[in-house]
Amino acid sequence: MRKSFIHHEGREEREGTMETGRLLEKAALGERLSIDEAADIYGQADFFGLGQAAHSLRLRKHPDPVVTYVVDRNINYSNICVCGCRFCAFFRAPDQEGGYVLSREDLAGKIEETLGLGGTQILMQGGHHPTLPLSFYEEMLRFIKDRYPIHIHAFSPPEIVHFAKLEGVDVGKVIERLRAAGLDSIPGGGAEILVDSVRKAVSPNKCSASEWLGVMEEAHRQGMRTTATMMFGHEEEPCHRLEHLLALRELQDRTGGFTAFIPWAFQPGNTSIRRSPETAVSYLRLLAVSRLVLDNFDNVQASWVTMGPKVAQLALQFGANDFGSTMIEENVVAAAGVHFRLSVREIRRIIEAAGFKPRQRTMAYGPVEESDRDQS
Amino acid sequence: MDTKLFKELGLEDIHGKIQAGERISVEEGERLFACPNVLAVGSLAHLVRRRMHGDAAYYVVNQHINYSNVCVNGCRFCAFGRKKGDSLAFELNVDDILNKVKARTDDPITEVHIVGGCHPDLPFSFYEEALRRIKTLRPGLRIKAFTAVEIAHFAKLEGISTREVLTRLKAAGLDMLPGGGAEVFSTRIRALLCPEKLSGQGWLDVAREAHEMGIKTNATMLYGHLETERERIEHLDALRRLQDETGGLVCFIPLPFQPANTQIKDAQPTTGVEDLKTMAVSRLMLDNVPHIKAYWVMLTVKLAQVALYFGADDFDGTVIEEKIGHMAGAESEQALTRRELERIIREGGFRPVERDCFFNAVKRG
Repeated sequence: MRKSFIHHEGREEREGTMETGRLLEKAALGERLSIDEAADIYGQADFFGLGQAAHSLRLRKHPDPVVTYVVDRNINYSNICVCGCRFCAFFRAPDQEGGYVLSREDLAGKIEETLGLGGTQILMQGGHHPTLPLSFYEEMLRFIKDRYPIHIHAFSPPEIVHFAKLEGVDVGKVIERLRAAGLDSIPGGGAEILVDSVRKAVSPNKCSASEWLGVMEEAHRQGMRTTATMMFGHEEEPCHRLEHLLALRELQDRTGGFTAFIPWAFQPGNTSIRRSPETAVSYLRLLAVSRLVLDNFDNVQASWVTMGPKVAQLALQFGANDFGSTMIEENVVAAAGVHFRLSVREIRRIIEAAGFKPRQRTMAYGPVEESDRDQS
Repeated sequence: MDTKLFKELGLEDIHGKIQAGERISVEEGERLFACPNVLAVGSLAHLVRRRMHGDAAYYVVNQHINYSNVCVNGCRFCAFGRKKGDSLAFELNVDDILNKVKARTDDPITEVHIVGGCHPDLPFSFYEEALRRIKTLRPGLRIKAFTAVEIAHFAKLEGISTREVLTRLKAAGLDMLPGGGAEVFSTRIRALLCPEKLSGQGWLDVAREAHEMGIKTNATMLYGHLETERERIEHLDALRRLQDETGGLVCFIPLPFQPANTQIKDAQPTTGVEDLKTMAVSRLMLDNVPHIKAYWVMLTVKLAQVALYFGADDFDGTVIEEKIGHMAGAESEQALTRRELERIIREGGFRPVERDCFFNAVKRG
């Protein structure tokens, strides 16, 4: 891959060239970009050209002017984690004060509150707990499914790899057992940057890129849908971001199991990585490039949690067609000192003000019946 | 953005005018507001911004001082003003103001921005003394102080003309007037929101007088409360006509209304797309005003950076001790360091240029 574009990143305003113009036109029509072509537009294309091309492709895939959102809650069943990733402000080491494992009572309370607010799913993730056996997670899923009609979107690939190691079984078996216990889909967390040299630097104890992709491939093979994320703006280079996108595109070609891609910017507060947070313009450029490169993904999500509602609204013109979640509860980004709060009503107003129709969706991006929705 | 897109949007004629550097009409301004594609409108504003300023994005190292929040006006959109005797009312004396300036003498500040409420009984000599002593303490510092509304208030209280007020303040060290208090000039809106305040015509008259005396000013627009898009455009048009006459406006600052803690309870904050469109239309209408500011205190830092592509060329300042926006719930940081400002500008794709209040580049050794 050509590396020259890296020098352009964030240094001078890019004006675009005939060549980038042609590439944008091609990408907007849904034609596939090579990694070199992706590098060209990421490095050289002008801001408006990039946004417009990404928006055109989004409209090709979703001609109705609809922007979806999901009403859900992040539940972190435990913050105790053996990984110690340098970008994380949320975890506590096993011997550290402030660690918790959520009680069944608290879990039930959080789910009841979510259902009461018109929620349809929970996103449940936690640290890599050193001792809890797989049966603990199975029982937790059964406990929920026996009591509540709610979609369980839970356990990112690094957790699944961790469960497999601790239990001494393979990943396929873990997914099978969790599914049997009630797991509905797998969130795309823990992808960070899917390049091992970067992972070694920022999260050396977490699963490798191929392990992450392996969990997703296996889940898709078993008929389960998943999402994919990218956390950027820590110690990776721009070319690593593109490698990440290409790895996802390649897997999606084979399985078609990803429902959505969600890029979000690393928040350095309270972490061991000293740098300034990624800016809004860099975020919007990357979002647009993601939409154009991931030609086989239906949905791309805007991140109001990290970018704030104003920039997330503009992201709807830069390739995003989904406003993410209401996040009745969010702990991980909040631990890094970033607090934005939005009600369902506010999310709907923001979507409408951008010229789109808001529609509540499920994890699988299907509509939620209007009668089920609480608009408070 | 290609011509085809503007044709599809029915903006081919406006696109042509902007490309040719021609002035757009009030009706054309309204059509830009009505355009659903904010990127298209933004790209037109960017064209003009590039033509005027290239890839420069300006900022100033400044200090804000609010001398008092005691105010006789009681504007409904304000979360800052208090009646005299209110438990949250404050007023600084001249020594307090001097101490604030002294506290920052080691910082490379080029501008001090001083505004306050329309105080019911502070004597005019208070303001003159404050300016005089600041200038003595830090002669190189530019003093940008007192909105047109305060100037008219001082005149009324002192029983002298606004020209006399300006003359005496200039003699005391005033360099420039900030652009506040313009709100929207519409008589209808001022009757609803700030009936006690100086009228729109009154604001324009004070600004004209200042310009005629060689005192430059900025101008603001507070939008996103009860005004229509037409009223915004008319506000911009009034400023454009003033500028044709005097050439005294330096920078225009569109300010999104922040509803928290104000008396406009049902109002919702503006959204990002609306902020960017207003910024872009401002750039396109005000073809004779050199600078457009993305005031990050009100917009958030992230959106202000994006606004550099929607017609803005100025990122405002490092702003120490901002109170007016934050008391109305502005969620931005209280201050940005110069390094952070420069980084944000650079990562946005622009070249940071430190400026003074007149937009002269500041050379640092």
